[in-house]
Amino acid sequence: MVNDARRTRQDAAEPGRAPRARAWAATAGRRLRGGELGAFPVVLLLAATWTVFEILNRNFLSPRNLSDLSVDIVGTGLIAVGVVFVLLIGEIDLSVGSVSGLAAAVFAVLNVQNGVPEWLALVAAVLVGTAVGALQGFSFARTGVPAFVVTLAGLLAWNGVMLYVLGTSGTIDLDADGLVAKLTSYSFTAPGAAYGAAAAGVGLLLLASWRARLRRRAAGMPYRSYQEITARTGVFAVIAFAAAYVLNRFHGLPLALLLFLVVVAALDVVLQRTRYGRQIHALGGDVEAARRAGVKVVWVRTSVLAVSGTMSAIGGLFLASRITSVSQSSGTGVLLLNAIAAAVIGGTSLFGGRGRTWSAALGILVIQSIASGMALTSTPVAVQLVITGGVLFAAAVIDAVARRSQQAHGRA
Amino acid sequence: MPDPPLLALHGVCKRFGAVQVLTDVDLEVRSGQVVALLGDNGAGKSTLVKVIAGVAPADAGLVEWEGQEVQLKRPHDARSLGIATVYQDLALCGNLDIVANLFLGREAGKFGLLDEVEMERRSRELLALVWPGHPEPRTPVVSLSSGQRQMVAIARSLLGRPRVLLLDEPTASLGVSQAAKVLELVDELRERGLGVLLISHNMGDVKALADRAAVLRLGRNNGFFDVNTTPQEQIISSITGATDNAVPHRTTHRGARW
Repeated sequence: MVNDARRTRQDAAEPGRAPRARAWAATAGRRLRGGELGAFPVVLLLAATWTVFEILNRNFLSPRNLSDLSVDIVGTGLIAVGVVFVLLIGEIDLSVGSVSGLAAAVFAVLNVQNGVPEWLALVAAVLVGTAVGALQGFSFARTGVPAFVVTLAGLLAWNGVMLYVLGTSGTIDLDADGLVAKLTSYSFTAPGAAYGAAAAGVGLLLLASWRARLRRRAAGMPYRSYQEITARTGVFAVIAFAAAYVLNRFHGLPLALLLFLVVVAALDVVLQRTRYGRQIHALGGDVEAARRAGVKVVWVRTSVLAVSGTMSAIGGLFLASRITSVSQSSGTGVLLLNAIAAAVIGGTSLFGGRGRTWSAALGILVIQSIASGMALTSTPVAVQLVITGGVLFAAAVIDAVARRSQQAHGRA
Repeated sequence: MPDPPLLALHGVCKRFGAVQVLTDVDLEVRSGQVVALLGDNGAGKSTLVKVIAGVAPADAGLVEWEGQEVQLKRPHDARSLGIATVYQDLALCGNLDIVANLFLGREAGKFGLLDEVEMERRSRELLALVWPGHPEPRTPVVSLSSGQRQMVAIARSLLGRPRVLLLDEPTASLGVSQAAKVLELVDELRERGLGVLLISHNMGDVKALADRAAVLRLGRNNGFFDVNTTPQEQIISSITGATDNAVPHRTTHRGARW
């Protein structure tokens, strides 16, 4: 205890030579060399994308465009977060696009055509996504047919069901003043809202870091130095308040963005800090090892696909909200590919066991930035597809190389 | 009357599809005793370990824990009795760090939330005890050498203060000095009163460590031996099947059925 206090004082006096700061730096270095790149590549990619488009078109980083971008990412981003769950157990869900379209169609038909109250139709639509996901998950977990195949069948089947649900109506326009429409159209215009949200985020991060430091110190384990906590929180605060400032220069904090960030944060806690999340990671590492440790494999697999189905449904509602209509083309096209690409570009491993919800959020931000930049510079869609494909390929290569480097590290 | 054995199996049968892997297998493990489980490849040793660990429950037969009949249907059943297992393939998750692997399936925390600090603290305590010179506990297992992984698997088995330890080829992937350390550790655990079931191909290890040897051949018992008094050749011939009739080699021990 005495020793501890002395070293802490040293920490403060000589940050460069503090043994614990050095230990943390060494850990970080080892992680990078060992192939644990984390969010590093995607942040770099995002910076590059924004720089290039800002040079090409001065409107790219305008408050208006960034505000629009922050809402555009939400629908696909929510779906991508669900995809992260599935990728973590080493599987893939190809039905997310069709399920999102189906959920949107269910909502539109119930609410607009049958007069069901909006909240009830919304809950029903989300539950349809959950049920569809659970059904696919259970089929995959029980029969052992790869999720790839089960959800490929789902991709076709649920699209068929959506067309059936929509019937002959083709396109259904949503109530422009309704709850679902507001999801993406409403913004908290008071400047305090955006700054308050930023402050809350910074406060939570500071509180969590502080608490971890105290507890680790009490347990006599290496802990983060003041400098590191300050630096981390500082970087986060700069980003959060800069974002709030930019948003306030347009319409304020969009409701959709706030909901998206809350969901991403909550699901990150689920994956990183709960027993359930640990089981998901274990399944992605080694199914047999997880089974022998007592993990209920069938239940975890079923629930993970149910999560992905639920997130697809919610994402589908946000996408419908953005255009206030549901049509036969809802949930089709590049949506599925964008959602999976977002997760992978963000650094989620295709081999399972590695990935964060935050990385999917960053991944979709990259993809939407490319789309938005291309639109601003009137680049043809053809080029946009090729570039997004190239980015996805690069991300997959980084993933594979990182994995190999990790294994090579183990052999040394 | 002698104490009942910690763990006793009677007439255990296990079938995988059309293959009868274990037939009428008996086995006893007593406190403070190292029992070597021997047998040729495919004799059913690893399957027997999985039966006891609750990973592949027996189709028939009786399992007794301190004389009481128990059910081993799930990994959790075995663990809550105090049976810990180190599998031959280690059964570690490479993407998780050492702490997470040690606590896999029995994470500390409340309401489903993980208590990482508590888990790391207990991991450090345990590693300091059984593994001098262990790597940083937050190292992902994928970046450990095979010897280090073996030690993680062994450390994991000791986490819940087990009373019976199943070791499936614990020294197979280790270098000479590491293997010696593991054997030393097993010896120490015996002194502390654990019952150890040791599967090994290395007759040297068995001779050095085990008190008794149970031989499996083609999924059946093929003899029980007192390692200290039985000539090695006799045990080996029982393993290879040179002497299929094991009955004359049975030794009596504390009036038990073997």
